[in-house]
Amino acid sequence: MQLRYLYISLIVLLFLNCSNEDTGYEPTAQPLDIPELFLDNIVAPIIPSDNPQTIEGVALGKRLFFDRILSSDGTKACASCHSPQTAFSDNSATSIGVDDIAGNRNSMPLFNLAWNYSERFAWDGKELSLERQAEEPVQNPIEMHSNWDAVVERLQGHPEYPELFDRAFKTATITKELTTKALAQFERTLISANSKFDRYSMGEATLSAQELNGLDIFLREDKGDCFHCHGNPNNPLWTNNDFHNNGLDATFTDLGLGAVTGDPNDNGKFRSPSLRNLAYTAPFMHDGRFATLDDVINHYSEGLQNSTTIDPLMKQINQGGVQLTTQEKADLKAFLLSLSDSSFISNPNFQN
Amino acid sequence: MKTIRRILKFGGLVVLLIFTSASCSDSNDEQISTQATPTFNFIHDWDSQSVTSSDFNNIQFTNENGEMLSIERLRYVISDFTFRTAAGEELVLDDYNLVDLTNSNGLSYTIENQIPVGNYTNVSFTFGLDNEDNAENYIDLNSASFNVPDMLGGGYHYMQFDGKYLDTNANEQGFNYHAIRAVDNPGANPTFPQDTFFTVNLGAITITNSTEIEVKVNLAEWFKSPNRWDLNELNQMLMPNSSAQIKMFENGQSVFSLGLVAESIDN
Repeated sequence: MQLRYLYISLIVLLFLNCSNEDTGYEPTAQPLDIPELFLDNIVAPIIPSDNPQTIEGVALGKRLFFDRILSSDGTKACASCHSPQTAFSDNSATSIGVDDIAGNRNSMPLFNLAWNYSERFAWDGKELSLERQAEEPVQNPIEMHSNWDAVVERLQGHPEYPELFDRAFKTATITKELTTKALAQFERTLISANSKFDRYSMGEATLSAQELNGLDIFLREDKGDCFHCHGNPNNPLWTNNDFHNNGLDATFTDLGLGAVTGDPNDNGKFRSPSLRNLAYTAPFMHDGRFATLDDVINHYSEGLQNSTTIDPLMKQINQGGVQLTTQEKADLKAFLLSLSDSSFISNPNFQN
Repeated sequence: MKTIRRILKFGGLVVLLIFTSASCSDSNDEQISTQATPTFNFIHDWDSQSVTSSDFNNIQFTNENGEMLSIERLRYVISDFTFRTAAGEELVLDDYNLVDLTNSNGLSYTIENQIPVGNYTNVSFTFGLDNEDNAENYIDLNSASFNVPDMLGGGYHYMQFDGKYLDTNANEQGFNYHAIRAVDNPGANPTFPQDTFFTVNLGAITITNSTEIEVKVNLAEWFKSPNRWDLNELNQMLMPNSSAQIKMFENGQSVFSLGLVAESIDN
């Protein structure tokens, strides 16, 4: 009789240990909540067919994003350098990794990533999908300094993660690929589309005279001419996600896109960041060299450095830039700050 | 992305009859053989020297005025492909295509709606967007940041042609040969001195089931005639310069021409 109970118990245990692979269970679809402004004006977001958004996948990705388990010594999470309060960037010029070593790039803010149509991520475009991008910081010796085998082992041995992966991907066998898929799902939900300017575009807010004048400077080819690289009211991403040499240096210590493509014509080119949420994302540029938005505007006005790959859209290089007056700079800054979205950084769905 | 918002501004009845006739045919083969979706292939050159994106970023072209220059970015919109029948009726496809030589996108464009096979006395398209089309909201062109600011009349660039030239001191300088709808009085109430989109006539073409039409694009012509373009004078900030826009319009008339017309090897 005792042997019979043992057999039954074993069968029950085996059944309980079965993953959701064979039970008919399906994660619950959670399509992106696309803002009306985006629906009306730009092409649909890119969601990989092999990584659809699900409630369970996003929840898992969010937990992983804030969990220090991904780093070698348990001291850093993705959110350590991509904090919600700074629009998923951080406030240091270049971020400090687990070994207290600073990297050479500024932490890029994270939002509206599913609308990066070229799917070239990072400042230099070296990551060709959001899933692949998520691989890199974990194993980067300056950032999390971990290795994926160890990470997977830690996750697999965790009391909760196997079950969370099972719910998200119908298998409790954790892999690097599934981990980055979950992270990418969460990151795609980071949508910012509720700035004052967004509401103005929707007819729900009024811009001040100074902000409107700043918009005019932004759009005028004989003034700021910012719009060729940074979008316009019809492109609410406020970036073209393309690569430009914007005249930061006469010679390059960081080749940017050129180091990725091997083409010297790409040296010194970096991806145009979105101008959304500038109120929260200082310092600026790929190396965080500019502490303030004023510094950035001054750069384009009178600080341009010539080089062989400087973008031909840069103007009046011999004079250092577009020569804005003090008032024009103030107006441009006021407009740029109208693109910041306080509801994004306080969105409870994005907090730990 | 290409969209067709309406088809057949003129001659709709003729085509409707042909469609109806084709759909009533007993033979599927016959139905297929009477309709076609020709492909336009855009081939770029500089006075017969082939130009692809691999030729970008090097100062290797010389314009009519003698300035040496490079190409760093080139994209333009063509629209409203039109087929004139022997009876004088025009089939106007209300579509558009962004040709992006920089990224080698849109260099080949197959029209999305079928047209009857046969002899057409003229095939044409519009460089840029006519004023009606330019007032539309195209999400793919928005996504490509191809817009023109509202104070300049809104709508879209017709062309963005960026590069560098050697000035009189042999220094590299940027140029932005951006073609848009010519505009005066930028601001809340801009005015438009004249239209600067234009029709490109390719001439008579016989359309079969698998016709491929080569459109030759000689980029040197933008700087050549009737206005010999001096990049030292006209290089940047040309969007609010209506006289420069009108010169672009005039020079553009000789940029496009018909190349080879061939059958697709797939058919």
